[in-house]
Amino acid sequence: MSVDLENHAALKKLRAFDPDAVEDVQAFRGELTLFIRSTKLRRAAEFLRDDPELSFDFLADLTAVDHYPNEPRFEAVYHLLSIKTAQRLRLKVRLPGDDPRVESMLPVWPAANAYEREVFDLFGIQFENHPFLRRILLPEDWEGHPLRKDYPVQGNITRWP
Amino acid sequence: MAVTLEKIPGQEERVILSMGPQHPSTHGVLRLVLELDGETVIRSLFDIGYLHTGFEKSFEDKTYSQGITLTDRMDYLAPLSNNLAYCLAIEKLLELEIPPKAQWARVLLTELTRVGSHLVWLGTHAIDIGAMSMFLYCFREREEILRIFEMVSGQRMMTSYFRVGGLALEPPLGWLDRVKKIVDRFPERVDEYEALLTKNPIWLRRTQGVGTISAEDAIAVGLSGPSLRGSGVDWDLRKKQPYSSYDKFNFNVPTRPEGDVYARYLVRVAEIRESLKIVRQAMEGMPEGPIKANAPHIVLPDRESMKTSIEALIYHFKIVTEGFHPPVGEVYQAIESPRGELGIYMVSDGSPKPFRCHVRAPSFANLQGLAKMMEGRLIADAVACIGSIDVVLGEIDR
Repeated sequence: MSVDLENHAALKKLRAFDPDAVEDVQAFRGELTLFIRSTKLRRAAEFLRDDPELSFDFLADLTAVDHYPNEPRFEAVYHLLSIKTAQRLRLKVRLPGDDPRVESMLPVWPAANAYEREVFDLFGIQFENHPFLRRILLPEDWEGHPLRKDYPVQGNITRWP
Repeated sequence: MAVTLEKIPGQEERVILSMGPQHPSTHGVLRLVLELDGETVIRSLFDIGYLHTGFEKSFEDKTYSQGITLTDRMDYLAPLSNNLAYCLAIEKLLELEIPPKAQWARVLLTELTRVGSHLVWLGTHAIDIGAMSMFLYCFREREEILRIFEMVSGQRMMTSYFRVGGLALEPPLGWLDRVKKIVDRFPERVDEYEALLTKNPIWLRRTQGVGTISAEDAIAVGLSGPSLRGSGVDWDLRKKQPYSSYDKFNFNVPTRPEGDVYARYLVRVAEIRESLKIVRQAMEGMPEGPIKANAPHIVLPDRESMKTSIEALIYHFKIVTEGFHPPVGEVYQAIESPRGELGIYMVSDGSPKPFRCHVRAPSFANLQGLAKMMEGRLIADAVACIGSIDVVLGEIDR
């Protein structure tokens, strides 16, 4: 299972559409990962969704990875799926450790609504222009973001008053 | 948690109603905030997280093999599907070759899981709408399936039977006879369910044209599984991206174009029949051979060789105390669970514990379709809508 990087349709088309959008490419176990510049994400996402041959109309998953203490610390990970061609594609956006923020993909894929709230809740990544960016799994008054690597597994032990 | 809807100025006569989390028809601890105009739902919002257990954080603190036991507890109605997705993801990282007998047994057991899960759904969905007796019928049959799980793995529900590289144990003698009993008898039972519901006028009035969602909306909000196929989208990962040798089995993917609660009901009932077909094929074509991959540094040796071979003993000690080291990389493996696309995104940094393990829970995405389905419908229909997307809160909250 290897990916033909030069002739991969999504990569080729995206590069032709915007040569600056893709900053890095990785292929592993037959899965292609495109690293997208955070400023170009919205346009690239719309292109990938609307192009009739690619039509990545299904946002299967959205999550993040924390590379603490390395910089850029966060990666937002988008798993796209095309119902038409049964192809998958992974997009990644690198985000800095202090004030990580990326544009909300809610206008492109409405499914991003709850996913982005989850990533905000557990990683503390801000999604700009999200209409209802509130904690979804944890209580409203929770402190910290548990899936960050500097958050201890057993949690922050607090004393009862 | 504790979110609520703000009232729109000028619409003060509308009522904001909190439904759940302790409401019998929300299938667990799901809280819905409904804005009502009389009895009509105008807007809605879901509130989840009451069962949040931090599975994704726990995965990072356990070796790859230890994590299997956690996966059972996410979608507790389909534990074997979760085991399968998790093991397949790791096997993809390791590029492990799984022997045919293990693959066939996996297919057989996950399809039985699908039947069992759909039975719980059918029973509870019917009881929500008022068809009380369905519940008893469905749980009677589910018990027979759980007995098979108990026979092969020792556990009715938290089976943890699939392991990285194959199965945990050799299935006991005579288990296929038990499976055969179920497969032979079951189609009649499904006929019984359909006789009770499919043409029942009360059932039709409560489900037809209720909770409609179009194919475009369903794809946009990320619906998958039977909920998507109920909107006429022919999408099944077992066919479109086959895993665990599903491409060697012959079955149909039922779809319905209507997109209402009744369509989703018909799709799931048809799926029970298709799953039984797959179970029969897997049972009849069960190959002989080993149940574990030939990878001594990953798969635990059997007891006998541990007592006779020093290498096996060393490998056992290494795997149990330290775990195995997959190569650096990341994979996304999705399977068709009873509820839809169950995906595991696994990032490895070369250490024996996952660097990051994310679960794409189908119910979590399916829940987003609910607002669209309930909009403009009566509050009594909200109950039918919740039932029709078959949510499991353990998997949503993780």
